[in-house]
Amino acid sequence: MARMKFLCDAERCIECNGCVTACKQEHEIPWGVNRRRVVTMNEGVPGQRAISVACMHCTDAPCLAVCPVDCFYHTEEGLVLHDKDLCIGCGYCFYACPFGAPQFPQAGAFGVRGKMDKCTFCAGGPEPDFSEAEFKQYGRNRLAEGKLPACAEMCATKALLGGDGDMIADIYRDRVLRRGKGAEVWGWATAYKLPPGKGTPPPAAAGGTKS
Amino acid sequence: MIGRRASSAIVVVAVAAAAGLVLAGCGERPQAVSYKQGTYSGKTDQQPWSVAPWNGNKQQWEDAMRQRVQDQNEYKRMGG
Repeated sequence: MARMKFLCDAERCIECNGCVTACKQEHEIPWGVNRRRVVTMNEGVPGQRAISVACMHCTDAPCLAVCPVDCFYHTEEGLVLHDKDLCIGCGYCFYACPFGAPQFPQAGAFGVRGKMDKCTFCAGGPEPDFSEAEFKQYGRNRLAEGKLPACAEMCATKALLGGDGDMIADIYRDRVLRRGKGAEVWGWATAYKLPPGKGTPPPAAAGGTKS
Repeated sequence: MIGRRASSAIVVVAVAAAAGLVLAGCGERPQAVSYKQGTYSGKTDQQPWSVAPWNGNKQQWEDAMRQRVQDQNEYKRMGG
């Protein structure tokens, strides 16, 4: 297998935050920590788009490069994970990350910055698989269960794809070739167009007016 | 007589418990990490296919993952 990656299709993302909710629910993430979030671009103007962002599990990960205690590691599947027992909560990874993926819990009397928490691609961490310690520190290990990240599997419009980089790139390419580009991507014709040779198109799609 | 035996047994148990508590302090694991600059210094992680139901069968795990990834392609899933 190639490296595990996420891919978000901005044409499909409807900004429902289902991925964010799925992540929080799956790993019982505390208040104030968002391993995944939806970012809106050009809000309120034509061309508004939204994409779901989390750790992109970079091949040349800047967080891994700047960590002073070397608590990050790359797994065989290309995931960037870290050992929370080593993390000192310095925040260097947060400054280095272009996606704002590292999160810091702020629970406690003085809102101190705790140990870094981030998306694990639902692959747990360096504790025995399926152990309570792994779940408490890193969340559920869906990858060892043979499942993909909860955010991607939960996505209603399949805007967010996760898995083997080559395979999701093929799925995206296939999708773009089928749907075309520009105005054909969205609208009445896309939603209600019948496959060729199956019945007559609805009046609106044929240029009629809605009653 | 029975009372003296009972009280001495209680003392023995108390001493054993105290000794256990004291010795528990010696059993603490070292918390200082020996860092090696530029290399991962943490615990080693298990491979996802090393646990049940894969039990070390990487090929089986990869096949399951491929199927799962392909299920995200609704064009193929729905036969469209």
